[in-house]
Amino acid sequence: MPALPLDEAGKYVAGAYVVFTVLILVYVSIIGAKIARIGRELEELNEALEERGQ
Amino acid sequence: MYAKGLKPLAVATVVTTATALSLVFFYAPLDADQGFVQKIFYVHVPMAIVALCGWVAGGVMAIKHLRSGDPSWDVRSYVAIHLSIILGVGVLVTGAIWAKASWGHWWVWDEPVLVSFLVVFLLYCVYYPLRFSIEDPERQARYSSVFAIAAGAFVPLNFVAVRLAESYTHPRVLSQTGGNLPGDMRLTFLVSLLAMALLYVTLWKLELSSKHASAQLKRLRKRLLTDARAPA
Amino acid sequence: MIRAARAILAKDLRLELRARESLPAMTLFSITAYVLFHFGLDRDSLDGELASGVLWVTLLLAAVIGVTRLFAAEREQGGIDALLLAPVDRTSLFLAKGAALFLFLCLLELVAVPAFGLLLLGPDLVAALPELLAILALANLGLAAVGALTAALAAESRTRELIVPLLLLPLVVPLLIAAAQATEPLLRPEAVTEDLGRWLGLLALYDLVFVLLAVAVFDYLLED
Repeated sequence: MPALPLDEAGKYVAGAYVVFTVLILVYVSIIGAKIARIGRELEELNEALEERGQ
Repeated sequence: MYAKGLKPLAVATVVTTATALSLVFFYAPLDADQGFVQKIFYVHVPMAIVALCGWVAGGVMAIKHLRSGDPSWDVRSYVAIHLSIILGVGVLVTGAIWAKASWGHWWVWDEPVLVSFLVVFLLYCVYYPLRFSIEDPERQARYSSVFAIAAGAFVPLNFVAVRLAESYTHPRVLSQTGGNLPGDMRLTFLVSLLAMALLYVTLWKLELSSKHASAQLKRLRKRLLTDARAPA
Repeated sequence: MIRAARAILAKDLRLELRARESLPAMTLFSITAYVLFHFGLDRDSLDGELASGVLWVTLLLAAVIGVTRLFAAEREQGGIDALLLAPVDRTSLFLAKGAALFLFLCLLELVAVPAFGLLLLGPDLVAALPELLAILALANLGLAAVGALTAALAAESRTRELIVPLLLLPLVVPLLIAAAQATEPLLRPEAVTEDLGRWLGLLALYDLVFVLLAVAVFDYLLED
């Protein structure tokens, strides 16, 4: 098969790199959400401790 | 404990990725046969190599777990396999895009590396249902490790078998992933590979430290709650 | 070690003789699969690649049934605990279970392969028999090793009926490739032997890898 013209090929190349980027971003944001939850739970734990201390 | 060195690693990842991308789009020459489409090579192949190495590394960590009985090696192995599965999705999707762009079909069966990758990917997908259907944590770690070792040994065996089958039924006409790249393409490829490997290690450490933090939190909560129930 | 393995194997075979659970199911499944292939492909007789593919896919799917049931007797009667309390090491347990599966597969093929010859195969089966027997023997050995390993891996899982096929089928892809490629030239209208040595070699390599692997890791399964 002859090589695709540049404008046609550009769509596929862009598609491939976008897939990669989106994949990594979604993964990082899932870990970010997990860390945020850990922070929230730590806060709750802290508050519960303070209440008990009084 | 896992976050040690995460910051310089992340910086190195960003710098190498930026270098790799600029090499891909501004330095590497256009491929004589495939033209611009060949740029997919620089994301697809490093991703595949890193994913496969990650699976094999997960098997090695599983051996360490069984040898030492230290559950933290099981967590390391789990995160490595998990991350490789995510990259594996990317490998299959970018492979399909590349196949469509250069051969006109979304999937080609006479590309042995891609076909082997699919088989290995399907096997590793069973890791989740196997792991999470075992309740006892000690057993869960042990059985997952045995799976990781068996699957890690299966990876090269499967590649040999599929390669043999394809080369005998179809004469190979395409050798675009061959080792005989011209120098500037080779440099670009190696930098892309390094960037992908750094990215993998960074994400691996990131998820490990998040897992570690949440395990510590769970322990803390449990201790505080039992203290509350039994006041002095 | 061999003695313990033989004792467990004898118990498994006695159970199978008495309850007749796995083998009839596997055999019945393979005949039913031929009927399905006849209608699905809309062909009265097959040869070459199609014949070899249908035969091997059927045998592998029938093997899944055997693997799913491999530890069934122990589980249902709480026998795994009894077995593990007894001073039997895991290697002999693996040898016994692998040997049981190997025998089941041979007995299955004793019916399923001639039935394939009668029902679906165009060319004569008898001419291809010596080579086919060698392929079947090597394939059964690999299937027995990988099957026993898979059955033990899934033994602690709540959803083992789902895990076994999902785990076993990708693992047998190399075995299917070698066995089907080796069988294909034998089942052509004019039977030939082609690359037989290469595919038998791959089967032998597969057997070796999985037997060694299973022996190495079996100690860590079914513990406690």
